[in-house]
Amino acid sequence: MSRVRLSGWGRTAASVASLITPTNEDEVAAALSGEVIARGLGRSYGDAAQLAGGVVLDNSGLVGVSPITSEGLVTVGAGVSLDDLLALSIPQGWFIPVTPGTRQVSVGGMIGADVHGKNHHRDGSIAAHVRALRIVTPVGTFETSPTREAELFWATMGAMGLTGVVTSVTFQMMRIETDQVFVDTDRFDDLDAVMSEMASGDDAYHYSVAWVDCMTRGRHMGRAILTRGEHAPVSQIDEPHLRSPRAARLKVPLDAPSGLLNPLSIKAFNELWFRSAPRHERHEAQSLSTFFHPLDGVRDWNRLYGRRGFVQYQFCVPDERAETIVEAISRLSASRVPSFLAVLKRFGPATPAPLSFPQPGWTLALDLPVGPDKLPGVLDELDALVLAAGGRVYLAKDARLAPATFAAMYPQLDDFLSVKARVDPEGHLTSDLARRLHLGFPHG
Amino acid sequence: MDNAFGQPQNVVVLGGSSDIARAIVRKLCAARTNTVVLAGRNQELLDAAAAEARDYGAATAETVLFDAEDPGNAARVVAESLAKVGGPVDLVIVAVGLLGTQSEMEDDPVAAARMITVNVTWPVAALTELRARLVAQGRGRILVISSVAAVRVRRTQYLYGGAKAGLDRLCQGIADSLEGSGASLQILRPGFVRSKMTTGQREIPFTTGVNEVAENTLRGLATGERIIWSPPILRYVFFVLRHLPTKAWRLLADR
Repeated sequence: MSRVRLSGWGRTAASVASLITPTNEDEVAAALSGEVIARGLGRSYGDAAQLAGGVVLDNSGLVGVSPITSEGLVTVGAGVSLDDLLALSIPQGWFIPVTPGTRQVSVGGMIGADVHGKNHHRDGSIAAHVRALRIVTPVGTFETSPTREAELFWATMGAMGLTGVVTSVTFQMMRIETDQVFVDTDRFDDLDAVMSEMASGDDAYHYSVAWVDCMTRGRHMGRAILTRGEHAPVSQIDEPHLRSPRAARLKVPLDAPSGLLNPLSIKAFNELWFRSAPRHERHEAQSLSTFFHPLDGVRDWNRLYGRRGFVQYQFCVPDERAETIVEAISRLSASRVPSFLAVLKRFGPATPAPLSFPQPGWTLALDLPVGPDKLPGVLDELDALVLAAGGRVYLAKDARLAPATFAAMYPQLDDFLSVKARVDPEGHLTSDLARRLHLGFPHG
Repeated sequence: MDNAFGQPQNVVVLGGSSDIARAIVRKLCAARTNTVVLAGRNQELLDAAAAEARDYGAATAETVLFDAEDPGNAARVVAESLAKVGGPVDLVIVAVGLLGTQSEMEDDPVAAARMITVNVTWPVAALTELRARLVAQGRGRILVISSVAAVRVRRTQYLYGGAKAGLDRLCQGIADSLEGSGASLQILRPGFVRSKMTTGQREIPFTTGVNEVAENTLRGLATGERIIWSPPILRYVFFVLRHLPTKAWRLLADR
């Protein structure tokens, strides 16, 4: 056991905990006698996978991947990274049905955050593709599925590890014929144009996401680049391959000075990026990693934000409150708080998971460097806006939500708490995030 | 729990009726702080400060009574205050202090010793207990209210200035000792501040009000800088003053 300083991907609010790396379920169970939380590859942005003064279970020792069955079922240790899983599965013609924007996540972390991807509008979050979960809790080990211990199964999805430690996951994988994606790109000069195209046209595509410029004010506020894609069938590719993704070739070697990403440099970047995209491009073949995991090309890119780090603000709102997206972007651009290209996406059906983030409608994610005095207040205002629209903020990204706001955003919180009370009666599973949000505490 | 912006959700103040501490607590409560524990020697003033914290948004504001002339109670006061938080503490403000009237104290050994007890000995005893608890906690911050008087001691206020100098230097050592522990200590060095402590004293250049000090403090808590100056320009002013020849310093400072 060693004392280590841990923070999330945003590198804010670090704390020190004792780190244990269990290699089997017995060792996991033995560690649940005091305050504890599991941690994967540390890609949640905030304080979800750290626990000041407590025990953090590094899940990297929970390894092992079963052979993939002919129906595409595979059982994977919670500590296996998506990168490793795809390196095995792609050459066999299987792809993960839902992937977040990076392969550097553990399978356990994917469950904890109930991750979504560019296909949420069609396929939902990862929870919809999980057939079984093994969970070690303080009252015992459970084999769960949508039909067996279903309450615990769903309560665990998106619960940031607070029901127990996930040790293995059975996924329903998806068939692919090649390692290429056909991508259509369109550039839009304002937010309304891109949103109406997404609302009417996304259903025709398997994958869809828009990158929005949140720093341009006036007529071109929210100008955007929309990329949508389909897996390329073998019949339409000259030299079809099924190759594993390539490892990162670049690395940010040290912390950038905190002011590197300032309004001016971010604006310049946004401008360059917007202008470099084609106005209309059809059927461009891209590799799976270029399309799904563009940032995996540069290791430790979070260090670009400097010593004070950054927060990611991601929220979703129902379709009938789509104007919240416009309002949020206009407030941000008016406040001149610098924000990197934002990601806009449509969400499809939600799962029954009480703490899962996605709900049908729209989601917007913003990367914001910590520093501007106005930023905390601007985000508090956005919280109020999102809450009034019946929306919510994503726990995997959060590092600054207030407890009461969180509780109001997740109306099924009590369903989660009753499951937690059953499997973790003494509240051993906790984290800096849980303490900050009073999540899992009786006083709510 | 402190969030990504360094905004604490719970705060303990040792010296809870200090005007500067109260101004800081008001601003913290207006942001994220929902639990406040105020420890001090005057129940009436503490109750007023607690009521004020609630007015500014704290859901819970409790008080602990103690006498800073008895360092033997410091560990108990810290334990009691932290217990009232009901979980890991985010921020502890050490605002215990006594300015006094130099001319009445400098020929009185008991009064002179009391200045050191209240301004140094009690705070250091409390900090010793706090340090251990925050290291165990793996997180949490301490803000010690020092003074620019600690940077260069004035003849007219050497008991106060000298005591603050002792506390200030000691805290720099504690801050170093906390590196890598997850906990940290920051030092606030305000200039002359209009408050009940300085009522009747002659104002000098760079005098501010408590709200300005609180504003600078919140900014300093967000950046995490070791020494927070208020107003910030005093960092440079005192860089110069610190290096003045003694005669020049006395000409300036003894007036």
